[in-house]
Amino acid sequence: MSIFNKAALVAMGLTLAACSNNDMFGGEDQYNSGNSGATAEAGSVDDPTSIAHFQQVVGDRVLFEVDQSTLSEQGRLTVLSQANWLMANPEYTAVIEGHADEQGTREYNLALGARRASAVRELMVAQGVAGNRLRTVSYGKERPIEICSEESCYAQNRRAVTVLAAGLTG
Amino acid sequence: MTRFFVSLLLGLLILGPVAPVAEAQNGPLRIEITEGVIEPLPYAVPDFVAETPGSNQISKDISRVIAEDLSGTGLFREIPAKAHISTITHFGSPVQFADWKAINAQALITGGVSVSGNQLEVKFRVWDVFAGQELGNGLRFKGTTDGWRRMAHKVADAVYSRITGEGGYFDSRVVFVSETGPKNDRKKRLAVMDYDGANLQYLTDSSAIVLAPRFSPKGDRVLYTSYETGFPQVYVMDVGSVRQKVLSNDSGTMSFAPRFSPDGKSVVMSVTEGGNTDLYKMDIASGKRQRLTNSPSIETAPSYSPDGSKIVFESDRSGTQQLYVMSANGGEATRISFGQGRYGTPVWSPRGDLIAFTKQNKGRFHIGVMRTDGSEERLLTASFLDEGPTWAPNGRVIMFTRETRGAGGVAALYSVDVSGRNLKPVKLNGGGSDPSWSPLQ
Repeated sequence: MSIFNKAALVAMGLTLAACSNNDMFGGEDQYNSGNSGATAEAGSVDDPTSIAHFQQVVGDRVLFEVDQSTLSEQGRLTVLSQANWLMANPEYTAVIEGHADEQGTREYNLALGARRASAVRELMVAQGVAGNRLRTVSYGKERPIEICSEESCYAQNRRAVTVLAAGLTG
Repeated sequence: MTRFFVSLLLGLLILGPVAPVAEAQNGPLRIEITEGVIEPLPYAVPDFVAETPGSNQISKDISRVIAEDLSGTGLFREIPAKAHISTITHFGSPVQFADWKAINAQALITGGVSVSGNQLEVKFRVWDVFAGQELGNGLRFKGTTDGWRRMAHKVADAVYSRITGEGGYFDSRVVFVSETGPKNDRKKRLAVMDYDGANLQYLTDSSAIVLAPRFSPKGDRVLYTSYETGFPQVYVMDVGSVRQKVLSNDSGTMSFAPRFSPDGKSVVMSVTEGGNTDLYKMDIASGKRQRLTNSPSIETAPSYSPDGSKIVFESDRSGTQQLYVMSANGGEATRISFGQGRYGTPVWSPRGDLIAFTKQNKGRFHIGVMRTDGSEERLLTASFLDEGPTWAPNGRVIMFTRETRGAGGVAALYSVDVSGRNLKPVKLNGGGSDPSWSPLQ
């Protein structure tokens, strides 16, 4: 599962790096390095049952405002699409990871990330995804994907990411 | 008690006073730590006399650690050896006070060191130079040579105590999170070191994220949060054997921000269930859990008062993070922070008089202290990101995490006096965060 998650993160990083103009430290190279492996394992983006499709077409993440755990309208639509995808692909379970930016104390950010992950989970369950297929975890500020100390990076780090796990029954 | 600490404790025996030279009196030599601005007290610590063949180097080393401890407080200023007029060649010889007065050494520390096999004996006296008399009685410590730094710290603690009237803090340890690697690939390991950064020892590898270790009241165990299972859970580790066990491992919940009760028998911590974070108390032996708060807001970062009767914690029940005090059994909580900005990570001083905290205001982070009712707030530091204060065992110094901004940002440990003076980094190879100070050993 951990190798799989890494592959998923690599793929997610790629899509993000494209829209980040603050990535001064060659993050794209790093993200690119593992990408071919991820797509090969996960199947083509064009295959709607593939993880790559979930990540890049459905969208595996939602972003939050500073100190907020309420889903934006766009975030809500993304989560609804994730829920529909999960219902169409019942062989997958998911861990929803909540994250915060670095502007906060460690403990508070852990609790805030948990709120964010939970907001995503609750909407999915309301949409009909079985609760036992969805776990939540918070990483607080421990796992930033963008590392500058500017709002452009913080905005990408205040996120909840739905990480799929294949072959595990809920 | 654990193996690790036992070996040190057995090796360090206080043999008690060496024969008094003069009547012990309280001389005029005194530093009042609480005073706003002070001139560091000039002192001399000539190399301790090597009383056995082969103890020259260890005598010098011990003297240097004593000087680093004392001067490191910012309260003392060492007069370097090259300015000394007298040389101390025998521990028992009379002190030539005039020679030390001439170089304005107000305090003089003399000592003798003998080594026999792996046995080490250190004796010392503190002199009030201008009063021309000894300050307190001389003392002897006996132990093994590998514990030489601890003996030096013990001497420095005694000197510090006699001159300031406060308890010492040099013979203490700090458990913290060692950090390496860039921000987006940080490797974190639990580590323990002497308060001054020496004798670093890793307690975990970097395979799982570890956060916020906390020493037990006796310094024999450490609470911390680990992602070992993929989900954050609170663990307790025996520092000597490095054996750990998970304290709270309910599927579907996260637990974090643990702290020991003053009797060391129970733990207060945050548990998150369904996105909501509340405070719980857990009895370590039985695993029995008691809910302390029940609110849809975030309740975290709890810390006991030293008498165990109260808990200070942070909550965003008012809309932003603020500090609250409640009974150790839960119930009604009183808000104590009312200044501008957000307050988190409160820690009760071991003296019981103050609460240290992290404050976020206008994009800056501060370490501050306030009285336990929230009055007399004072900010001690300001930077891009300061957080997570921990108190020295005497309640006079605070250590915390400072992280620098930007893509190359790194976390480091800093310390500052409760007065706001003497802000400085802790000597450490690599990064560090989340320090927790042990009691005096």
